Amino acid sequence: MSKVNWQNYACNGFYDELLAGPGQPRDVSRMLCEYLAQLDARELADHKTAVDVAIQMMGITFTVYTEGSMIDRAWPFDIVPRIIPLDEWQRTSAGLKQRVQALNMFIDDLYHDQKIVKDGVFPAEVLAQSVNFRPQCVGITPPHRVWAHICGSDLVRDKDGTLYVLEDNLRVPSGVSYMLENRNVTKRVLPELFATGRIQPVDDYTDQLYDMLASMSPRPGDDPQIVVLTPGIYNSAYFEHSYLAQQMGVELVEGSDLVVGEDDCVYMRTVDGLQRVDVIYRRIDDMFLDPEAFNPDSMLGVPGLMRAWRSGKVALANAPGAGVADDKVVYAFVPEIIRYYLDQEPLLPNVPSYLCMFEDDRKYVLDNLDKLVVKPANESGGYGMLIGPHSTKKERKIFADLINANPRNYMAQPTLSLSTAPTLCDEGMEPRHVDLRPFILSGGQSTYVTMGGLTRVAMTKGSLVVNSSQGGGSKDTWIVDTKRG
Amino acid sequence: MLSRVAESVYWMARYLERAEDTARLISVNSHLLLDFPKATRLGWSSLVTITSSDEVFDKYYTERDEESVLSFFCGDRRYSGSIVSSLAAARENLRTTRDVMPQRIWEEVNQLFLAISHQVEAGITPRNRDAFLNRVIRSCETVNGMIEGTLSYTQVRTFLQLGRSIERADMTTRIIDVRSENLLPRTPEEMTPFETLQWVSVLKSLTGFQMYRQHVRLRVRGPDVLRFLLQDVRFPRAVACTLTQVCAELSQLPGHVRALAAAQNCLAHITSADIPLLSSEPDQLHQYIDQLQIDFLDLHDAVVDTWFTLLHEKEIVAQLAQTQTQN
Repeated sequence: MSKVNWQNYACNGFYDELLAGPGQPRDVSRMLCEYLAQLDARELADHKTAVDVAIQMMGITFTVYTEGSMIDRAWPFDIVPRIIPLDEWQRTSAGLKQRVQALNMFIDDLYHDQKIVKDGVFPAEVLAQSVNFRPQCVGITPPHRVWAHICGSDLVRDKDGTLYVLEDNLRVPSGVSYMLENRNVTKRVLPELFATGRIQPVDDYTDQLYDMLASMSPRPGDDPQIVVLTPGIYNSAYFEHSYLAQQMGVELVEGSDLVVGEDDCVYMRTVDGLQRVDVIYRRIDDMFLDPEAFNPDSMLGVPGLMRAWRSGKVALANAPGAGVADDKVVYAFVPEIIRYYLDQEPLLPNVPSYLCMFEDDRKYVLDNLDKLVVKPANESGGYGMLIGPHSTKKERKIFADLINANPRNYMAQPTLSLSTAPTLCDEGMEPRHVDLRPFILSGGQSTYVTMGGLTRVAMTKGSLVVNSSQGGGSKDTWIVDTKRG
Repeated sequence: MLSRVAESVYWMARYLERAEDTARLISVNSHLLLDFPKATRLGWSSLVTITSSDEVFDKYYTERDEESVLSFFCGDRRYSGSIVSSLAAARENLRTTRDVMPQRIWEEVNQLFLAISHQVEAGITPRNRDAFLNRVIRSCETVNGMIEGTLSYTQVRTFLQLGRSIERADMTTRIIDVRSENLLPRTPEEMTPFETLQWVSVLKSLTGFQMYRQHVRLRVRGPDVLRFLLQDVRFPRAVACTLTQVCAELSQLPGHVRALAAAQNCLAHITSADIPLLSSEPDQLHQYIDQLQIDFLDLHDAVVDTWFTLLHEKEIVAQLAQTQTQN
C-alpha cells in the first residue's frame, strides 16, 4: 500500500463525492483529504488493520447464503468516510419526509377508499397485479394511519451531481445498525477528525425508534412492552435485529416465543410465565408472519397474529401490506402520488423510469436493452436484474422474453453514472461507486430522518453492485457543517 | 425474560464452564505427568474416562497417547466436550442472547473462540500447550469478572449462575470420581509414595490447593481432600458451596418449588456423605458419585421443565381468556 497522493486520483468522468478533480478536495472533505495525505504508507496500512481488528472484535457480521450453507462474515468496511454538506442534507431530508408522508397516505388510501384509483391517477391494473397488496388488510386502520413506520430509501448521485431516489424499501429495510456501527468503528480509528465538532452525530436513531414504537402502543399510559421479531439467527440481518433490540433495551423474540391467546392478545413466553406484548417491530416478511392468514407452512411466524393486529390488541411495524408501495412499478408513480395527496411538487427527483406495461415504454425498453437497467417489480437485494451495458446477447434475449410474458412485472431505467468516493483498496486509494440509504421513521406526530445514512460501496473496480450479499462494502457517512469552526 | 433466552444463557454458562474446567484438567494432568514420566497408570487415558467420553474417543483414535488425547480434548470438533466445541457452543448461544448480555462479554468470548480455532488449526504441541490452556482459563475468568462487575442482578444473571454452578458441581464430581478410582488404595500394600502428589493434583486441577492448605492445615490426605471438595462451603469449586449458591439463585425465581427441592436433595446427599467410608472404599465412592450425577440430572430437568418449556402453557392461555371475559 502506498502513500496517498490526491494528484494521482483519477475521477474518470464520474462525480466524486470527495474530490472535484485530481488534487482538488471539495470544501467539506479538505480536512479529511489532508489528514489522509500526511499519513505514510505504514500508518495507512495500520489504520486499515485497526479497522479489521475492531470489526472482528466487535463481532459486526452479516450472514450470507452461499453454496447451500450459511456463513457469518465480517462486515466489509472502508476506512475513508463519505461526506455530505449539512445544507444539502437538510434539503434531502425534507424531500424524504415529503415522500414517505405521501407514500403512507397512498397505502392507507389503497386499503380503504382507493380514491387515487377512482380519480384515475393510479392505474387499477397496476394495483390488480401487485403481489404485495394484501386483501387481508383491507379496511384496517393502524395507529395514526401510518403503515410504513420505518422506510429505507436508496439515493444515488448522477454525473451532474443531482441526488435521485432509486427506490423506497417499505417492508423490512435493513442496514441501520451498520450505519451506527460504522460510526463507532471510525471513532475508534480516526478520533482526531472528530475533534472539530463539525461532524453531525448519528446515534440518536435507536432512541427515536423506541419513541416511535412506543407511540403505537394500544395501551397508552402504560409502560409499553415492545419486542423485535426476528426470523432467527440464520437470517442475513440477524446481527441488526439483535443490535436494535439491545440498543433499545427490548426483547428480541422469535415466532416460537409468542403466542396469541383466546382474548386476541399477544403474549411472550417468559421465565415469569406469559407476558402481554404491545408493539412488535417485525423483521419477518408479510407472507411468513402468520400461518393462519398467509403461508400456512411458515415456521417463523405466530399463528393468530393478524387476528390480534386487526382487533387492535397489538401494533405491528411495519404494518402488513405496507409493501404494496414498495414495488418498482409503483415507484414510477411516486411523483404523481406526492402531487395527488400533498398538492406539492416533489423535492427529490425520481430516476426516469420506463414501465413495460405501457406499450410505448415497452417498445423503447426492448429496443434499448443494452443501455438500460431492467428490474423486476418485487425483488430486492439486487437479484433478478439486467444491467444492460454489462449484459450478454443471451441475457438480453432472456429478459426480452420475460418482459413480453409479464410486462407489468418489469420496469427499466437508464444506467446512471453512479458517483464515486475514494476507497482504500489493495492497489491504493481508488474511486469506487457508492449509493446511500437513509432511514425515515414515521410516527403519529413527527417524522425523523437519519443524519446521513448507510453508504454502500461496490468494492470491485467498475462495479455498480453495492449489495453486501453480492460483495459490496460500506463506509461511514459524515454530514459536515461547513459553516461552523 | 424470555424462556428461550433464559435457556440459551443457561447453556452458554455451562459450556463456558466446561471449557474452563476441561482446560484445568488437561493442564494439571500435563504437569503431573512431567513429574512421573513413567507412570503410565496415571496416563492420559484417565482424562478420557473422567469425562465419560470413551466411546467417542475410541471411535476416532486408536492410541490413548498424549498427542491423541490432547488433540481430542483441545481441538476436535467431532467431540462435543472438547474445548473448541464447548467454546463454539458457548459462542452460538451467546450470539442469540447478545441483546441481554454486556457487549464486552460477547467481544471476549468471540475473540477467545477465534483465537482458539486458529491455534487449534496450527496444532497443539507440548511446547505451546501451556499458553493455549492458560489463554482459555484466563479468558473464562475474565468473562466471570465481567459478569461480576457489569451484569445487573436480573434473571439473566440468575440463569448464568445456575448454569455455571450446575456444570461446576458436575465437573468436580467427575474429577473426584476417576481420580479417586486411580488413587484410592485397593489394599494398603498398594499404597504408593505418589499418593500425596496425586491428591495434590486433584486439588490443583480445581485450583484448590492453596485454599485447601489454608482451611485444612494438615498434610494432604485422601479423606480430608474428599471432605474438602465435597463438603466445604467456602471454596467456590467445592460441591456443597456451588449447590448452596444454586439454592440461593433458585429461590429468587418464580415457581421454584420443584427445582429448589431437587437442589436441596443434592445438597443433603453431599452433607450426609460418610467420608471415612467413601475414602476407604473405591466402589462405594463410585456408586455414591453415580447417584449424585443422577441427582444433578433431576435438578437440570426441573430447571428445564419449570422455566424453559413452560409445561402447563395451554391451561394458562385458557385461564387468561377466562379472566379477561370475567372482567
